[in-house]
Amino acid sequence: MSERMIELEVLRYDPEQDEAPRFQTYTVPYREDWVVLDAINYVKDELDRTLSYRWSCHMAVCGSCGMLIDGEPALSCHTFLRDCPDKIRIEPLQNFPVERDLVVVMDDFMDKLESVKPYVVPKEEKNIDDGEYLQTPAELARYKQYTACINCLLCYSACPQYALNDSFVGPAALAIAHRYNLDSRDVGRSARDDVVASNPGIWECSFVGACSEVCPKSVDPAAAIQQTKIASTADYFMKFLMPWKRK
Amino acid sequence: MSRRPYVREISGTSWWLRHPRYVRYMAREISALFIGIYVLILMAGLFRLSQGEAAYEEFLAKAEGPVGMIFAIIAMVFAVYHSYTWFQVTPKAMPLMIGSKRIPGSFIVAAHWIGFAIASVALWMLAGDRI
Repeated sequence: MSERMIELEVLRYDPEQDEAPRFQTYTVPYREDWVVLDAINYVKDELDRTLSYRWSCHMAVCGSCGMLIDGEPALSCHTFLRDCPDKIRIEPLQNFPVERDLVVVMDDFMDKLESVKPYVVPKEEKNIDDGEYLQTPAELARYKQYTACINCLLCYSACPQYALNDSFVGPAALAIAHRYNLDSRDVGRSARDDVVASNPGIWECSFVGACSEVCPKSVDPAAAIQQTKIASTADYFMKFLMPWKRK
Repeated sequence: MSRRPYVREISGTSWWLRHPRYVRYMAREISALFIGIYVLILMAGLFRLSQGEAAYEEFLAKAEGPVGMIFAIIAMVFAVYHSYTWFQVTPKAMPLMIGSKRIPGSFIVAAHWIGFAIASVALWMLAGDRI
C-alpha cells in the first residue's frame, strides 16, 4: 500500500512547563487504512514520546479517544485520515479542563453520571437464586438505543449550554437517566428526578441538538432530553389534576 | 508531578459563530422573535377593536399598508422556517412505537405538516372575505 503524508497540528500543554497550551506540528506518513489515532500513535512511537493522550480499544467501543479534529468532536479511532485534508488540527475535547496535551479532566462528568443513579433500581431486591429480572423484547426495544452510550464525552464537547454553564447535567448523563427510567425493571425515576427534572437538569437544555449530531453511537441524547421534558411536564400537571396519585 | 489543569474559555457572545450547526440553532431561535412581534401586533388590533369600529378600521388601514404588509411577509417567512425547524425535530421529542417497531420519523413530520395545512385552510375559510 502506498504511503501519503499528513501534517498534524497538535495542542500541547505541559502543566509543569507551559503557562498556556501551544501547538506543535508533526508530519506523519500514513497508509490508506489509517485513522487519526494511528497517526497519533505513530507520533508517540516514532517522533515524540512526551505526547499524552487516552486510547484503548481502537474500535469505537471504549470511548477513550475522543478529541477535537479540526474543531469537530470525534473519536480519533473512528476518523479516517484518507477523509481528512493534508493538514489537520488535533485538540483535547472542548468544555473540559486540559490535564496535559490531549488528556482532559472528566471528574465533572463522572460526578454527574453518578448523580442520576445510572443503574436499575428494582422494586424489590431479589436473591441471586431467584433468577433474573425478566423483560420482553418489546420492553427492551423502548430504551435499547440509549444503552449504546460509551461515555466518550463528545456530546459534552459539542454542547454550547454546557460550555456556557457547567452546572448543566449534560447530554450523556440525562440520556442514561432516560434509559433507566424507560426500563420496565426500574422504579428509580422519582429518585432521579431531583437531579434530572431540575433547572440544571433537562430544563437547561435548549435543544441545540449538537450532542446527537456528534454522537458516534447514534444514542441521540437530544431526543432523550426532550422526551424527559414532556414526561416531567406531564408529572407537573398531573400533580394538580390528581393530587392523590403519587408517582 | 503537580496538577494544574488549563481551562480553555469560550466566548459568551460569539460562540455560535464557531460552527454552522450553532448558526442554524440561533436562526431557529431568532425566528421566534418575529412571531412574537406579530402576536403583539395582533393584540394591539384586539385592543383597537375594543375601542370601537373607527379605531379598528384605522388599525386595519395601517396593518394593510406597505409597512404592515412587508412586515407580515417577513414574519410569515420566519414563521414557516420556525415551523419547519420544529416539525423536523418532533420525531425526537415524540417517538411513536407499535410493539417493538418504531414509526419512521418522516411519518411523524408529515403528520405535523398535514395538521398545519388543515389548520391553515380552516382559518382561511373562517376569515371569509377579510383575506
